[in-house]
Amino acid sequence: MPGSSSNDLTAMTLAGARDALKARKISSRELTAAFIAAIEAGRGLNAFVTETAEVALLMADASDKRLAAGEAGALEGLPLAIKDLFCTKGTRTTAASKILGDFVPPYESTVTQNLWNAGAVMLGKTNLDEFAMGSSNETSFFGPVVNPWRAKDSNMNLVPGGSSGGSSAAVAADLCLAATGTDTGGSIRQPAAVTGTVGLKPTYGRCSRYGIVAFASSLDQAGPMTKTVRDAAILLASMASVDPKDSTSVDLPVPDYESVLEGGVKGLRVGIPKEYRIEGIPADVAALWDKAADWLKAQGAEIVEVSLPHTKYALPTYYIVAPAEASSNLARYDGVRFGYRAAHPRDITDLYERSRGEGFGAEVQRRILIGTYVLSAGYYDAYYARAQRLRTLIKRDFDAAFETCDVLLTPSTPGPAFGLGAKTSDPLEMYLQDVFTVTVNLAGLPGISVPGGLTESGLPLGLQLIGKAFDEGTLLRAAQAVETAADFRAKPAKWWAA
Amino acid sequence: MKTIKGSSGEWDIVIGMEVHAQVLSNAKLFSGASTAFGAAPNSQVSFVDAGMPGMLPVINEKCIEQAVRTGLGLKARINLRSVFDRKNYFYPDLPSGYQISQYKDPIVGEGEVTIDLKSGESITVGIERLHLEQDAGKSLHDQHPDTSFVDLNRAGVALMEIVTKPHMRSPEEAAAFLKKLRAIVRYLGTCDGNMDEGSMRADVNVSVCRAGGYEKFRADGSFKHLGTRCEIKNVNSVRFIAQAVEYEARRQVEILEEGGTVRQETRLFDARAGETRSMRGKEEAHDYRYFPDPDLLPLELEQAWVDAIAASLPELPDEKRARFIAQGLSPYDASVLVSERELADYYEELAQGVDAKAAANWLNNEILGRLNKAGLAITECPVPAAANNAIIRMTADGTISGKIAKDLLDIVWTEGGDPEAVVETRGLRQVTDTGAIDAAIEVVIAANPGKVEEVKHKPKLAGWFVGQVMRETGGKANPAAVNAALKARLNLPDEG
Repeated sequence: MPGSSSNDLTAMTLAGARDALKARKISSRELTAAFIAAIEAGRGLNAFVTETAEVALLMADASDKRLAAGEAGALEGLPLAIKDLFCTKGTRTTAASKILGDFVPPYESTVTQNLWNAGAVMLGKTNLDEFAMGSSNETSFFGPVVNPWRAKDSNMNLVPGGSSGGSSAAVAADLCLAATGTDTGGSIRQPAAVTGTVGLKPTYGRCSRYGIVAFASSLDQAGPMTKTVRDAAILLASMASVDPKDSTSVDLPVPDYESVLEGGVKGLRVGIPKEYRIEGIPADVAALWDKAADWLKAQGAEIVEVSLPHTKYALPTYYIVAPAEASSNLARYDGVRFGYRAAHPRDITDLYERSRGEGFGAEVQRRILIGTYVLSAGYYDAYYARAQRLRTLIKRDFDAAFETCDVLLTPSTPGPAFGLGAKTSDPLEMYLQDVFTVTVNLAGLPGISVPGGLTESGLPLGLQLIGKAFDEGTLLRAAQAVETAADFRAKPAKWWAA
Repeated sequence: MKTIKGSSGEWDIVIGMEVHAQVLSNAKLFSGASTAFGAAPNSQVSFVDAGMPGMLPVINEKCIEQAVRTGLGLKARINLRSVFDRKNYFYPDLPSGYQISQYKDPIVGEGEVTIDLKSGESITVGIERLHLEQDAGKSLHDQHPDTSFVDLNRAGVALMEIVTKPHMRSPEEAAAFLKKLRAIVRYLGTCDGNMDEGSMRADVNVSVCRAGGYEKFRADGSFKHLGTRCEIKNVNSVRFIAQAVEYEARRQVEILEEGGTVRQETRLFDARAGETRSMRGKEEAHDYRYFPDPDLLPLELEQAWVDAIAASLPELPDEKRARFIAQGLSPYDASVLVSERELADYYEELAQGVDAKAAANWLNNEILGRLNKAGLAITECPVPAAANNAIIRMTADGTISGKIAKDLLDIVWTEGGDPEAVVETRGLRQVTDTGAIDAAIEVVIAANPGKVEEVKHKPKLAGWFVGQVMRETGGKANPAAVNAALKARLNLPDEG
């Protein structure tokens, strides 16, 4: 298209590209080709584990035909990146683990199938923490992802957050229009926050988990990672569905989220949970939080202080429940039927021990061991059963809070992106990254991170909004109001493409 | 045999059982894969069964219905809320590394089964619970010198684990319980009960204690009165159950009498050697790390749904047996007839409008004997029940004699045909005409003058004469008429 370079195309929002495609101003093929070029140029970020350029172009051509025939789906011709935790039929799916080897699923996850049914184009599979266990994307077997953002006057590489670090980096660096993520304790919202992008974790049960490599089944939920709140609304509408193949998916109608975005926040009660004002919270994080409350108030929202008294138990509870489920979910990676198998096993025990010992990375092994421990005879009641009771109390905290407010406003993370390797030596410090996000998973609620501003050193910070179960509509409406007020337009310098 | 006599006194045998019954259902418990027996290895395996990444279990409603139906047949409490748990352990034939089972909250609670013993005594065996779980696949170690193979066709097939209370006291009771349980699930259509195909198998818990210990246990429910139990795994026939229990009880008594202690352990029954052998001790037992399966919500049933299943239950063996007894059968005959649904059905058709006792005798003495000899099941009986019914009617109304009835059965057994037509075409009608009978008597007397003398002081010989006359008439004579005519002719006294 005359007058527009490929750079302009990759900078588009999902909504903008959709409208341009519908208006036949651009073709899916040229849009897709622009992203393929951007991905190639951005290989230094290590955002993708597998690039699927050929598949993408075939899908784009098919979309162009449907667009020409007037049979366009909701996401027709829009190139997306898929977290490599979603099984994609015929395309290698790794969970960023050595143990899956060159596993090529003979089936498609329900979420990605929904996307392809809506006409979306797959650019490739994005990097992540191994089995989604991590907050920095440094536990990936395929190496760490580099955050497109760098601090002012610094050449130091930073982490893109995790576990959906490949997706957050790809969205922030314009390597795709939008991406899918999964969120077990913050794995969508935290990477979105530290890359200046939008990440939405829907209510547990909103999206099907069928075909997503399981980490912790009672917490895992797929969601969109996008450049804008509107894009998140658009993508979620296509991802979400009840699924007869997932008994925990919920049969509620999927609203047209996009249509309710501009409803404004007049009269909306926004809760500020006092327990989230934790010790040692950086000044700029606290300041942004206060500012966001003022933005919403200025638009007519009512700000109320609420209490979530069991918040301090959330991280310990999470680090019992999630590893317990993971220890069982990951038992299937045993070297017997698919994936990595140790060479020349002496017997079945040796086959198990070496396949799993060689195939799983250190963080995954740590969590399997924790999970096995907390479920074992004599410890179950002290750990797992207690954690489940705490989980109930944490849920009740939210129920009580939502009697006096409609959404909650909190920071997304305790700070901006940190340096590669800065927190790898101390797992507990790494686990603290999720302090504001895990409560939402434990309660099964929807949460969204929206870019709020930059730190003094020029790094993005996110604001988290938490909604009532299955009330993503209100959540997105409030997020839209934050986004409008924040007017966050900063983009990382494209240092990697040089 | 409820007790074993040792050199130091008597010992009580106490037996409990865990029966695994494969649910009759076309699809597996959590996947749509087929459950048909005997398919090519790994041809009935879904991605869920194979434990592929991202696969999720989805409950098959038919299996739930079958479990509830079985629970109702065991007169058990149906739990409207039950929970599926994961039982974690590694084995190549367990693809996901855990078996989905029910641990703390099973779908069926306490119930009972009444068993009828040969002595005529009936006892009630308490059912502790019934829960649903997945079967594992099969490891094949004999296909290759240094490689094992795995067949996942069975993996994920629904099993009902039925756990009894330790209420059985002898090998006979254990065997009778398993037979009765099999009859119940077959009546209900919830399990085919084919033990040789593995669709029903039992783990048997055996312990012994000093005589009187069992009664104390029943009085206060305390297990301290009972001895240490050993579990005998996977006993797959009714006959083996009795053998295994007997062997195991004697083994334990021997240990105790020598001053030793019984080790709690899992044992295997070696059918060829007729003995049990240690498999693993308690200390080698797995830590299964049970926890609720987060992929499945707790199972909530509606009372109305359960009630609808209850309303659709067929008549069960106990009710049928009571009805048969009320119709005039002996408790023993009734028990035999209800032991298999097909046999009871056959009997009911055969007994239509005839004397129940006569019908039962005919079935027990004539049909079952012949079937046994031919190695056939009741469902394979060459003579339809209706044809037998006709034979019994003709016998009862005197159209044919009892002797002819048996001959007639032989004819229709081998050649087929309608019994009434056969009677006509072959002239098998009973002879009550006294002239013909008298003539036959004269022939016999003329041929046996010695016997005629003998019978005068030996009246018991009359039976021999009856037999000869019957033969002379080709079995068609009415035996009562023959008897009367003979007595008159030979001047025999009436038996007193």
